[in-house]
Amino acid sequence: MNKAADLAEENRDGSNVVRLSGSLAIACLGDLPDRLDAVQRPVSAIDLSQVDHMDTIGAWTIHRAVKRLNCEISGASEDAGRLIHAVGELDEPVSIRPDHVHPLRRVVGQIGEAVCASGATLMGLLGFFGATLVATWSVIRHPHRFRLNAVVQRFEVVGVSALGIIGLMSFLIGIVIAQQGSVQLRQFGMEMLTINLVGRLTFRELGVLMTAIMVAGRSGSAFAAQLGTMKLTEEVDAMRTIGVSPMEALVLPRTLAVVVMMPLLGFYASVMAVIGGGFLCAVALEIPPITFVQRLREVVPITDLWVGLIKAPVFGIIIALSGCFQGMQVKGNAEEVGLRTTAAVVQAIFLVIVIDAFFAVFFTWVGWN
Amino acid sequence: MSEEEIIQAEERRVDEAVERGDIAISVRGLRNSFGDQVIHEGLDLHVRKGEILGVVGGSGTGKSVLMRTIIGLQTPDEGEIQVFGESMVGRSDDEALAIRKRWGVLFQGGALFSTLTVAENVEVPIREYYPNIGSQLRDEIAAYKIRMTGLPTEAGPKYPSELSGGMKKRAGLARALALDPDLLFLDEPTAGLDPIGAAAFDEMTRKLQQTLGLTVFLITHDLDTLYSICDRVAVLADKKVTAVGTIDELLATDHPWIQEYFNGPRGRAATAAVSREKDREQKKQAADGPPDGRR
Repeated sequence: MNKAADLAEENRDGSNVVRLSGSLAIACLGDLPDRLDAVQRPVSAIDLSQVDHMDTIGAWTIHRAVKRLNCEISGASEDAGRLIHAVGELDEPVSIRPDHVHPLRRVVGQIGEAVCASGATLMGLLGFFGATLVATWSVIRHPHRFRLNAVVQRFEVVGVSALGIIGLMSFLIGIVIAQQGSVQLRQFGMEMLTINLVGRLTFRELGVLMTAIMVAGRSGSAFAAQLGTMKLTEEVDAMRTIGVSPMEALVLPRTLAVVVMMPLLGFYASVMAVIGGGFLCAVALEIPPITFVQRLREVVPITDLWVGLIKAPVFGIIIALSGCFQGMQVKGNAEEVGLRTTAAVVQAIFLVIVIDAFFAVFFTWVGWN
Repeated sequence: MSEEEIIQAEERRVDEAVERGDIAISVRGLRNSFGDQVIHEGLDLHVRKGEILGVVGGSGTGKSVLMRTIIGLQTPDEGEIQVFGESMVGRSDDEALAIRKRWGVLFQGGALFSTLTVAENVEVPIREYYPNIGSQLRDEIAAYKIRMTGLPTEAGPKYPSELSGGMKKRAGLARALALDPDLLFLDEPTAGLDPIGAAAFDEMTRKLQQTLGLTVFLITHDLDTLYSICDRVAVLADKKVTAVGTIDELLATDHPWIQEYFNGPRGRAATAAVSREKDREQKKQAADGPPDGRR
């Protein structure tokens, strides 16, 4: 049964006959299909009398050879004949691949699609923001629909659980800023300005920005994946059928949690970064902590704190919305969940940085510099 | 006939079949458990070559677990499993490869690779095991397998998410049949299909089994499937295979679950459908005149 398939051409009564032998099963075919394709001379028959076993792939190989060489089959056993007949009946053109498109046309098409998609995403996000506001308003009008438990649980997931990683990250960033700053400032003999650098940079920009990036990576992606999976398993549809608004039950608690947690986490991150900077100053620059704190109070205006705290909830809205929005867009298959999660994080971080640039111009314009 | 006698008769038949080498799958003394929960205990089952064996049992009796154990996705606590005379328990993946090429599995949801098209799904096993097959021949093989399972000709370039439930199952079957297996595992192939689609799927399974000489291990809840295509039925209850045999043999037992199963309202409906079908055939034959052609 497991004898390798073989092929021989022989001349019988003045006509060519291709004689196949051995087992015509996929495991034993080897290069037989190629050799059969290589037969170019006119052939009157394919002789199967020495074939001892055949599967549909062998039958198909014979069928296509018979079609190409326009010859007959001889010596086929009953089973083999039946199998060849059965696969022959299935010989119809079947499309295997998507139609080929010219590369230039494809590239132009893809660019067009990407432009349309980003436009649609922006509009969708805006619409989603609107829907969130509507949901907020209806919850304000019917306070009993407010899901306190869900919100508090999100507080924990988004805020409390993030304390460790955000604290450590900010502490290290404080150290890096102080260290790099002090190296440059030492050239002018103004090492004390390191304190200005650390204090102003972290409270104004980095504390909140780095927190936003971390929250987008931790919570924004989680929102997209959670809601996306719920969409796939039709939980969201079930919710809607029962009469629970997914906007109120899923999106609002998450958005609220991020909006409330972002200023707190941002402030905490700024403080940790300052502590990191102070630690480096004490160790490397021999500035005692007491001097560090005193100097900090002199050089960092209170407006810097407000700048950070005003930006934080806005960043929070962006992160929560893009996470929930992308999650709710999932349809089709599991792969989509991954794509949408990535999109949520990229979109959130990108928008946060864009908005941050606008804020920087705005605060300079109002004189908070 | 009592349950005892049936079991004894079955044992005799199994012993004879084993001597002749007619057994495709042989499971002896299988024990499976998850934590404290024992699913199978001392389970014996023999599947003969060239038959369609239906496996039935209530929810949670471990039908799917049994299939997963046989195909090596789950390691049993105890017991021996032989497929085509080769022991499968404790084999490494490499060693089991030769046997693995000889079976095809259709999972419940089709389990198609979602990032590949239908045609690419069918080509995966061929590409994996037989890279010497040229891409053109591979495409042709995929094409006739797609036709063989009754999918429309334009289904090839579609992605699984674009297919209906029935088409997904057919595509899954096309992939299971890609290497021309000797043994086919079907896990609830007709679940979630409409009656017409389910009947068509049964019909196709039967036809393929006859054309290709397959042995089919079929898990099902569908009584119509059992009546229309299964040669024998194995009943899973009380952590083991309580009874194996044709439906008539099973009906003769006095096991409460089997009686409940086949004589419940749905079971009776399926029986009635089968007898109606027989009546119709008889009437048709009578109208056509005697089969030997004398007038």
